[in-house]
Formats: sequence, structure tokens, C-alpha cells
Amino acid sequence: MSDQKKAKPDNRPLLEVSAVSKSFGGVHAVRDVSFSLIPGTITGLIGPNGAGKTTLFNLITGVFPANRGQITFDGTATHKFRINDLVSRGIARTFQNVELFESMTVLENILVGQHTRTRCGIWGSIFRFPWVRREERQARENAMTLLTSVGIDAYADQPSGDLPFGWQRLLELARALAAQPKLLLLDEPAAGLNITETAQLGELIQKIQQQGITILLVEHDMSLTMTVSDKIIVLDQGQKIAEGLPREVQENEAVVKAYLGTTEN
Amino acid sequence: MQEILQYLFSGITSGAIYAVIAVGFSMLYNSTELINFAHGEFVMLGALSMVTLSGPLGLPLIPAFLVSVIGVACLGMLFERLAIRTVRHPNPIVLIIITVGASIFLKGVGMLVWGKNAHTIPPFTDHPPLDIAGAKLLFQSIWIVVIVLLMAAGLHLFYKKSLTGKAMEACAISQKAAWLVGIPSKFMTLLAFGLSTGMGAVAGVIIAPITMSSYDMGTMLGLKGFCAAMLGGLGSLWGSLIGGLLLGVLEALGVGLVSSGLKDAIAFLLLLFILYVRPGGIISSANVERF
Amino acid sequence: MTNRATWFRIAYTAMAGIVILTGILVSNAYHLQLLTFIGINTLLALGLNMLMGYAGQISLGHAAFYGIGAYTTAILTVHYGISPWMALPAAILIAMAVAYIVGVPTLKLSGYYLGMGTLGFGMIVHILFREWSSVTGGASGFIGIPPLELGPISFTSGRNYFYLVWALVLLSIIICQRIIDSRIGRGLRAIHDGEKAAKAVGVNTSALKLQVFVLSAALSALAGFLYAHLVYFISPGTFDFITSIRMVTMVVIGGMASIWGALLGASLLTLLPEWLHSFSEFEMVVYGLVLMTVMIFLPQGLTRGLMDLYERSKKSQT
Repeated sequence: MSDQKKAKPDNRPLLEVSAVSKSFGGVHAVRDVSFSLIPGTITGLIGPNGAGKTTLFNLITGVFPANRGQITFDGTATHKFRINDLVSRGIARTFQNVELFESMTVLENILVGQHTRTRCGIWGSIFRFPWVRREERQARENAMTLLTSVGIDAYADQPSGDLPFGWQRLLELARALAAQPKLLLLDEPAAGLNITETAQLGELIQKIQQQGITILLVEHDMSLTMTVSDKIIVLDQGQKIAEGLPREVQENEAVVKAYLGTTEN
Repeated sequence: MQEILQYLFSGITSGAIYAVIAVGFSMLYNSTELINFAHGEFVMLGALSMVTLSGPLGLPLIPAFLVSVIGVACLGMLFERLAIRTVRHPNPIVLIIITVGASIFLKGVGMLVWGKNAHTIPPFTDHPPLDIAGAKLLFQSIWIVVIVLLMAAGLHLFYKKSLTGKAMEACAISQKAAWLVGIPSKFMTLLAFGLSTGMGAVAGVIIAPITMSSYDMGTMLGLKGFCAAMLGGLGSLWGSLIGGLLLGVLEALGVGLVSSGLKDAIAFLLLLFILYVRPGGIISSANVERF
Repeated sequence: MTNRATWFRIAYTAMAGIVILTGILVSNAYHLQLLTFIGINTLLALGLNMLMGYAGQISLGHAAFYGIGAYTTAILTVHYGISPWMALPAAILIAMAVAYIVGVPTLKLSGYYLGMGTLGFGMIVHILFREWSSVTGGASGFIGIPPLELGPISFTSGRNYFYLVWALVLLSIIICQRIIDSRIGRGLRAIHDGEKAAKAVGVNTSALKLQVFVLSAALSALAGFLYAHLVYFISPGTFDFITSIRMVTMVVIGGMASIWGALLGASLLTLLPEWLHSFSEFEMVVYGLVLMTVMIFLPQGLTRGLMDLYERSKKSQT
């Protein structure tokens, strides 16, 4: 990883969400939400189902524009960029339901993850210039390194759909990391994992943070979220109802009320 | 002036035909989210069955009409059972190609049964063409428009008043929710195919007296009917009627005023226009009401 | 070298060998022409396969590009006396330009609407060929297309043309395989597997779809050029909706996302009318049945279907 990935002693926010609202027809999915993410931190985003967490993710990654408000990433407003442009600029995400490229092997999935960090185009692929071959070789090495760091390098040439579910999640995470993001959005990465796998995921998330990557994490597993997060933001019915240290948020009355009746651990 | 009126008359006649074919497409899409590329061939089968039943087999008008339509509708349901329901991984590409294959197959069958010649039958009633302000209107055209309107009204009532109709509409909105309240969605799909192809057959029957029907008449009719459906807004009954009429009139005016070679191009140019500019169809600005 | 790369090299070398031998051993002019047609159809299938099999987009109007290739070279060589070898790049470039212009709005559509949009485009081009008589000769067609010659070599004999076409097919196969095995090919396959996820990892899906659409148009135009200078006469009827469907059939039956599938599909579809010659009335019925049956039971096409059978029989032996 290059130098710019080490944690900067920089408190300028990497991501700024200002008074953002989004509605679909009559449904107000996100209402006047504001927060910032400091580089190198892990922020947990929690809230009951339907609180607007995934919509917020979609807004940040550029899937659709906000109706009101502004999102600024690394100093630039994001609304003029398409999804793939934002990836080039340093935002990567995983999905709630694992969305791997099932016709491709584990290694190929990672290679696609590197799409924005490689340059070979149609002419390059036809003529296979020396620089193209070098780039391909380097990409494969990087991919194998990434797979090793999450522990699934032995399955590099397996069809990605053949992996057990827990490892599919790891693969998707590795694929997002392959884009060398500054900001990583994880959408319920622990869903479907058992206790051991969840603990390993927690360690992995902290290792990623140590490389200087900022993380925004949506998760229903409270112990994981509270353990890894530097800060928690709570959404309910599209609005932010609390923000602060994990301890503070746990004791917040509004938060407890919002969760009343649900059985979270 | 008289010329324009004449073009208008012929445009309304062909427009009514496109309309009823468009309704067939729309109604199937509405109930199943499927587009049947073989729809035009069911029109052809309706027309040619009518020719055989009322010609060589000598059946009187109304029985021949009914047998043709019901027969083709049954064939449509058989098609759904054999070719659509059996698909293991339904996605648009697969379904498009299956229905395209079906269209080729049915055309081949049509050719085997009826040969390459064109056939025609006498009009429903023996009435000389009407003379309106110097322009001639075939009496059969009036039959066509009347029958199409009756069918549209019938369909509207079916969806709004009958339980089956409402069930079908429910399936279109959400298959899962419909299943949860006990609506047999597979049967609904079957019924939708039967209704849709039946309507196609009606279109074939009512134009048989004014066209030369042959095994390959279905392709263009089907494509243009689809263009008309898109024009008006796929899935909307009144949209399909308006789209069909509009297409028919524009075609007739184009042929009369510009050039006959461009006749077919008009439908496809309109289709591309709608797809690029307003995929919801021309009435999409208003609330796209389902049937 | 990976397993797949080795297999490809073996298959490719075998194919080149078969082509060379066939040219030497077959002397019947009719058979040679049939085999040449298989080659031309393979070019059509290859291009469409890249679009449908790898990028996952459908086109029901691709005969338009086949026709643009043929008509461009016919017009340039006959009306303007330009050498066919100059008309060739012109034919390909014009087809690519048209594909670019049409592709930008059309590829934004998806599913049925994409099928319909490409169908509409194909029909309009066909009508253009038929009605623009002053330029294209109209419905009666375009005669007098000159044969190809390169110095002392004349491509009027069946054998020479056979080699010309198949050399270009082999070249195109290499080009397509290289694209598939590259960053671009992976991007295409990603689009096919899940466009949402492809965008989320940074693939510029609209640009890639457009690029492969333009590439497929180029290959179809090349086929059109070769067709025109083989038969010296072209008419709009060769580039209609039925032809577009035939192209789709070749890709689908052979097997999408497989270069060898394109070859298999092209071969089967060229030979089918020959086999049915005595039963020509049944051609449509058989054609339609085959199309439906393959798509219902083997939507992956014959190549993958046969490979699956092979895999399963291997597993049951161990």
C-alpha cells in the first residue's frame, strides 16, 4: 500500500453529509441527516429496520442523488459523479446480500475489484503491449496478496459461487479493498456469520483501519459494532437520533426507545 | 380534403387492428410482465382458421368466429404450459428467444397447413361501402371498430368487476402478495395467455375479410402492434387503443402524403422515439393506470 | 500457464490445422463455398457472442451491420470505382460509427426494451436498403460487385476465398480471446453477472457496453464485406429481421460466452438448410422447435451442455 494510506494526523473530515434528504414517492427514507467522518476512524451506523441506512449508503456511493442537502467526499461534492467515478475517487462498498461475480473465479473477482486501479483498454488487450503484460502480472500478484491477507488464497482458482457463505463475504470484502479505497462502506458484513467468524471479521476490520482506511459500518450485531466503532450514529425512520461514543449511545434514551420491542443481542 | 378523409378512414381501420393487437400485448405484459414475440402468429392463426372454417368447412359466421378464437386461445394456453412454464431460469433473453422460436415454429406450421397462397373471405355483412363526403368507408371497417370497442369495454369490466379479473391484476402487481392471499398465480398466467392470444385471434378474424391472409402476415402485424402498445404505454388498455389508432392514422397519412415505401418505417421510428424519449408511452405523463 | 490457456492453444492450433487441411483436401466447389459460408457466419456469431454472451446484452437487429458492411463496399467499389481493399476499412468504420451513434441511446435500455430497440433499428436499416433505390438498387438488389484480387492472387476460386475468410476468422478469434482474457473481458463478464455490482467496483458499464457493441458491429461488417465479394450480388432480403434472428440463434444454440460455441452455432445453422433440403417445407418448423427446445432445456447452449455432460460422466467414473 502506498504512503498515502497511513493514518494522517488530519482532522479534516473525509466525508461530510450535510442536511441530506431523500424520498421515494411519499416515503421519506432519509430526513435531514448530517454527520462527518474523520479519516482513519470506524463509524457504526445503526438503527431499526427501515431506518434508512441502506438508502444512506446508496446516496453516498452515488446510486441516486439526494433530494436535498449535499454530500462532500475528500473536499469535492459527490452529486456530479457516477457510481464508478466515485470508486475511482476512493469510495468502495459491500452489499447486504453478497453480490459476487459468480461466473468468475475468486481471483478474477479480486481482479475486477482492481478495475479502477488498472488501465488496460480494448487496444491494450488486443495487442498485449509489454506494459499491459506487466500490469496484468502486478495485478495478479496484488490480488493474491489480498486473498492471503483474508485467508482464502488457497481457493483463488475456484468458482466464486462455490465458496461457503462466510468466505464469500470475505471475498466481497477483499474485492472492495482491491479498489484501494479511502472510504469503505460495509453493509451488514456479519449477517449470516457465526460467533467465531464475526469475531474474526471484527479483527479484520480493525486491521483495515490500521492501514488508514476510513470505515462506515452498518451492522445489526451490536457486540461487533460496539467493539470496533470509534463512534456510533443512530438512525430511526430516516432521522439521526443520536451520535457519539458507543457507551454514550447505549445509554441514550431515544435510542433505547427506538429499539424497544426488537430482539437485538 | 376528400383525400385526407380517405386516408383517415383507412388509418382508422388499420389503427383499430393495431389497437386490438396492442391490447393483446399490453394485457399479457400487465398480467405477467412477459412480452410474447409470437403474438402476431396467433393473429395469423385466427385469420386462417376463420378462412378454413367459414370457407371450405362452410360454418356460418358466428360459430366460425367463436371456434377460431377459442381454438387459438387454447393453443395459446398450451404454448404457455409447454414453452413458458417449463423454463427453469426465466430471464428476458431466454424468454425473448423462446417466443421468437415459437413465432418461427407457428409460421412454419401455418405454411404447412395453408400453403404459401393468400386467402380471403367475404365481409361479415353484404353492405356496399359507405360514401362519406366523397371518401369511401368499407362496412367491414365499421365492424372492426365496433368489435374492438366492445372487446375493450369487456376487458375493462373484466378487470374492474370480476373476481378473476381483479385476481389477475393482483398477480401483476405482486406475485408474492397474490400467492399469500391464495391466488393461484400459475393459473392466472395460463389464463392471461389464453385471453391475450384469444384477442389476437379476434384481430385476425375481423381483418380476414379485408386482407389477403397468409402464413407470414403475423410478423409485421405483431411488430407494429407492439409498437402501438409502446406508443400508448405498455400495460395500459386505453393507451394501447390510442397508440394503435395513432399509429394507423400516422401510417395512412405518411403513405398517402409522403411515400408508400416508408409505411413500415413509421412504426419503428415511433418505437425508437418512444423508447429513447418516453418509455412510458405518450400517456405516461398522466397516471399510468392499469387496466 | 493456466489450464484454460493451454486448452485454448491446443484447440486453436487444431482448428488452424483443420482449416489448412480442408482447403487442400476438399475440391468440390459447392462444398468449399458452403465451408466459406460457415466462416462468414462464424464472424457474425463471434461478434454477437461478445455482446450477448459476455456483456449480456441482446440485439435483435444485428443484420443491419452485416448489411452496412456489404452495401458500403458494393457502393464504393461499383459506383465510385474504389478498390475493395480501400472499401474494407470504410465499411468497417462506417458500421462502427453507426453502432456508436445508435448504441449511446439504445444501450441505456435493458431487457425487453433493449431487444425491441435493436429490433426497431434493424428494421429501419432494412427498409433503408429496400427504399433508397438510387443508392442501394432497392428491392431488386445490387449487382456487379467486383471480385477481390491481391496482385497475382485472384480470390475468385473457391479455395482462395475459403482461405481468405478463414484466415480472418482465425485472426478474429485471437482478438476476441485476448479481449475476454483481459481487464476489459473481466469487466464485460462482471456486467453480465451483475451490473449493479459491476458499477459498485468501478466498472464504467455504459462505456464498456458501447465498446463491445461497436466491436460486434465491426465484425459483422467484415462478414458483410466478405459476403459481397463472394457472391457479387446483394439484396435487402439478405439483411432482414430473419437474418438477425438467425444470428441470435447461432450464438444461443452454440453457447453464449464461448468462442467455440460461436463456431458450432455457425456451422450448425449453415448446414441445417442443407440437411433439410429435401424437406425444405419443414425448415421453419424444425428451426423454431430447435430454438425453443434448446432455450428451454439447455439455455447455456450446446457447447456448455455437452461440456456439462462430459464433466458428469467423468465424475461418475471416478
